[in-house]
Amino acid sequence: MSFDLETAEHPENLRRVAIEPLSRVEGHGKVTLLLDADNHVRQARLHIVEFRGFEKFVQGRPYWEIPVMVQRLCGICPVSHHLAACKALDQVVGATRVTPTADKLRRLMHYGQILQSHALHFFHLASPDLLFGFDSDLGKRNIVGLIAEYPDLARQGVLLRKYGQEVIRVTAGKRVHGTGSVPGGVNKNLSREERDALLKDAYQIIAWSRDAVHLVQRLFEQNLALYNEFGSFRAHSLNLVRADGAMDLYHGGLRARTADGKTLFDHVDYNNYWDHIYEEVKPWSYMKFPYFREIGPDEGWYRVGPLTRVSQCDFIPTPLADKERQAFLAYDGGRPAAATLGTHWARMIEMLHSAEMIKDLLHDDDVLGDDLMVTGERQGRGVGVIEAPRGTLIHHYRVDDNDQVIRANLIVSTTHNNQAMNEAIRAVARKHLDGHELTEGLLNHIEVAIRAFDPCLSCATHAMGKMPLRVELIDVEGREVDRLTRSGDGTCA
Amino acid sequence: MTSPILIIGIGNPSRGDDALGPLMIERLETLNLAGVELLTDFQLQVEYALDLQGRRRVIFVDAAVNGPEPFSFEPVGPEQDTSYSSHELSPAAVLHTCEKLYGPPPEARILAIRGYRFDLGAPPSPAALANLDAACRRLLAEIA
Repeated sequence: MSFDLETAEHPENLRRVAIEPLSRVEGHGKVTLLLDADNHVRQARLHIVEFRGFEKFVQGRPYWEIPVMVQRLCGICPVSHHLAACKALDQVVGATRVTPTADKLRRLMHYGQILQSHALHFFHLASPDLLFGFDSDLGKRNIVGLIAEYPDLARQGVLLRKYGQEVIRVTAGKRVHGTGSVPGGVNKNLSREERDALLKDAYQIIAWSRDAVHLVQRLFEQNLALYNEFGSFRAHSLNLVRADGAMDLYHGGLRARTADGKTLFDHVDYNNYWDHIYEEVKPWSYMKFPYFREIGPDEGWYRVGPLTRVSQCDFIPTPLADKERQAFLAYDGGRPAAATLGTHWARMIEMLHSAEMIKDLLHDDDVLGDDLMVTGERQGRGVGVIEAPRGTLIHHYRVDDNDQVIRANLIVSTTHNNQAMNEAIRAVARKHLDGHELTEGLLNHIEVAIRAFDPCLSCATHAMGKMPLRVELIDVEGREVDRLTRSGDGTCA
Repeated sequence: MTSPILIIGIGNPSRGDDALGPLMIERLETLNLAGVELLTDFQLQVEYALDLQGRRRVIFVDAAVNGPEPFSFEPVGPEQDTSYSSHELSPAAVLHTCEKLYGPPPEARILAIRGYRFDLGAPPSPAALANLDAACRRLLAEIA
């Protein structure tokens, strides 16, 4: 299936613009635009590296190493991979139901991860675009500009992030490369001192999270037409929900709804995800394109993540976040709840929910318990699904009688959102780039649309000497006619 | 009590020579150095500005994709970094964030150890490990 603006009819006659972050290890994201002589956009594609190499990497490893190894997939949300792997391997060790202490400690770890990831994304990656404008001065549109003009906001972002990291540290055992969750349960509980230290700040974290929800609402109010329209498109949806329909970011059944709100399937056991989700390969991208089997590859692509979760759950099981969810869904006839930039609003509602969940879990004495592990009848297959910060995350393993992983399949949030992100950049290309000369500000419009999804463009590696972004304008004969480079320190030339 | 010296090893242990930062921290952990706190992470982010508070010195240890062999050991100061679209901050940007939010940052250096291959699942290269040996000796002399 080829979508509008996915494949141009005569690409040989078009100029190619590549927005290509370069990395010495793996590509991050790359956007290519094909323009005709009048700068009309004829083709727009987003390419993102996927993790197939890592799936091969874990093959042959003993299953008990996997929860630690998979954290190295992603330096941004290692806890999500840690927990998704453990949920899958619970099944392998026959732990059909972990203990209440293990369940609650894992949830605490998970909500700490959601909190810190959403805080980082909104306060330090997205808010400069939203507060200063998409094509505002590049020198100001960053964390430094944020600190200068909104120092209290910048401090709150740092402290929210730090609090989430601290929740992870006490539950996972370490700040990074934690080992807290293991197949069958957890290997440590919380001490009273750890619990009390976290509780001390829990109410402040909730208050700041609620303020952040209201900040996004004000941003919508100030520029409603743009925010509702920018990069928006209709999409089917996929997310986990609890048995009673509540938002549950740690565990539940799969819910899929069509773009017009009809339920495609609901409360599906995620062990059977393969009956409903298939992945299509396209020749121009390394990343697959998942779709619902019930609809097929032509129309079956979907969106995952905060916008889907907040708009498709029946309620949020914490009071402040649910009140904000209701306000979000009711605002302006529900248009923000279908808008790409509405993802920021939904993300902050989830951050508030996570803060409330952390507080509630800390008040639950089960997190101090000693009943940490269960085992059962050994199985050869396990599937774990979790709602990671960016969306649904699937881990699927087969383990042989020698305890070695013989097959792994991972469908990460960014892969689920592959087609959706392509639709977002095409919407922006049509509305904001078509017919215009290339400028940094206009290219940033593309990035603003992509950034709303918070895709995991950053692989889990780092070294000195990277060049994050290069844009080349190439004429029909392949000659470079213009270049825009953003160097490692962020300066453009 | 906050240790006066903070050493942060940066990198992914599963990506070949990108492991040099974490490997340095592993080595230092075995030495139980007094007055030194050790941290490791895949990349730096804003919350590290909090970790810099109250320190006398901070040393960032990272693999380098280019530059001098076996390592460079250069001072780094706070500097505005506008690569905000990334999920990682440079040491200079973390120092700058610390300065703007919490006051003067500590004296800082980057120990950039030359690496050569960064493939997923690859072990560190022998040449990079030799560079790590040299860098470790230099670092221990520096903080002695």
